[in-house]
Amino acid sequence: MDTKQLKQKIVFTIFGMMSFVVVAILVIILGFIVFRGIGAISWEFLTTAPKDGMTKGGIFPAIVGTGCLVIGSMIFAFPVGILSGIYIHEYLPENWWKKFLRMMTNNLAGVPSIVFGLFGMALFVNYLKFGDSILAGSLTLGILALPVVIRLTEEALKAVPDGLRLGSYALGASKIQTIQKVVLPVAFPNILTGLILSIGRVSGETAPILFTVAAYFLPRLPESISDQVMALPYHLYVLATSGTNMEETRPMAYGTALVLVSIVLIINLSASLLRRKIQKKNKMN
Amino acid sequence: MTHAEVKNVNVWYDTIHALKDVSLKFEPNTVTALIGPSGCGKSTFLRLFNRMNDLIPSFRMDGTVMVNNQDVYSKEIRIDEIRKNVGMVFQKPNPFPKSIFENVAYGLRVNGINNKAVVEETVERSLRQSALWDEVKDVLKKSALELSGGQQQRLCIARALAVEPKLILMDEPASSLDPISTARIEELIFELKKTYTIILVTHNLQQAGRISDLTAFFYLGELIEYNLTKKLFLNPDNVQTQNYITGRFG
Repeated sequence: MDTKQLKQKIVFTIFGMMSFVVVAILVIILGFIVFRGIGAISWEFLTTAPKDGMTKGGIFPAIVGTGCLVIGSMIFAFPVGILSGIYIHEYLPENWWKKFLRMMTNNLAGVPSIVFGLFGMALFVNYLKFGDSILAGSLTLGILALPVVIRLTEEALKAVPDGLRLGSYALGASKIQTIQKVVLPVAFPNILTGLILSIGRVSGETAPILFTVAAYFLPRLPESISDQVMALPYHLYVLATSGTNMEETRPMAYGTALVLVSIVLIINLSASLLRRKIQKKNKMN
Repeated sequence: MTHAEVKNVNVWYDTIHALKDVSLKFEPNTVTALIGPSGCGKSTFLRLFNRMNDLIPSFRMDGTVMVNNQDVYSKEIRIDEIRKNVGMVFQKPNPFPKSIFENVAYGLRVNGINNKAVVEETVERSLRQSALWDEVKDVLKKSALELSGGQQQRLCIARALAVEPKLILMDEPASSLDPISTARIEELIFELKKTYTIILVTHNLQQAGRISDLTAFFYLGELIEYNLTKKLFLNPDNVQTQNYITGRFG
């Protein structure tokens, strides 16, 4: 083997090892959480409220709370994000306003989530007087998800070949007809995947809900959008840091982590399955 | 009477002068080939007739383009009306990811024609005209993406025919196809000129020689020679044309 080949071999071996590190980290994290958390998982854990200073019982209110927040935030983030993504990518010409909008979106994505939490508290909880509520928490999480939704929508639209747009214009279709009838149906599977991935992101956020909705201990279920709720990520934080009996709440914390991670994994997995299914169906019809 | 005419047209992209004072008249029921090396302006010229150049932000033009005695660049005219009257077939087949039927029906639907009987009749007529009907009549609901490249291109031709254009623009319609599919497209063009006026951009000089009645040679944004195809290929008036068709440059 000459030095050229040897060099190449060494370089790619190092690259390969690095990618192995990535996989290893994920496997270790998941393995650790499963190992420590699986003991806490039971039907009771999933379906009842915590009791006895959160050392017993389950996390059902937190699961419901996270569900409410995810749905609420998506009701806000999906329409706003998708429509502005379409506007930016399909409608705006390459001018300063488009560049400005892109820059703003990217900056919004770079804002630390605790800042969103603080902002949400100032605007929704205090100024708009929503109080600590599902409404305030959902809107805060929705703002957090917004740049992700916009960018993924743009990416999905970018992947639609320009030839299809030209073909549609050449037949006398207007821009909105072209978007409606050709561009969006093609982009839809990718947009959908993006949306589901953003759900995964939102369901794990702690900081934005800290001051806007999350309850330390609230065994009853919410009745309206002005109620507070427990949420999985915050509950995990509480169990790990501020329980009354740390030794006994520790297994509960790992159980909660396992549930949270499982939910996110299931969401991400369903995203790719759904996309594959739609793409197959698109080809059939 | 179909009529397409270009008078004293200049086109710029930013500071690049892409077409220089071009004037040309197209006869009804003819095939005119536009030839010339890459970047000579022939595609820009082709896209004048359905205002596809308008999609490029830096595009500027002056002069007149008439289709069917209508000024294509007049302020009063609606751009989708123009595009409806001018069909276009692109270099790469670009069927929509819809069924074969819906691909052909698309032009009708976006122009507000949804009457079921009319649509079905037009789809069948267009597919027959583009010599695709016999191959697809039993699978009209199948995705257009499952057709072969040559079939897809004939589908795109059918799609263009469905809106009953007067003029059909073809931008190297066979350049991405195999020789057999190319031959079928050429036969089809020959059939279509009985009904339509066709302007065709091609890089393939043999193809221009085979299927066109008239040929226009462009070089560096200028129209160098416009002549009967036979004359232009056998005995061109211009020495630059002579050089190009004999392969001395291009």
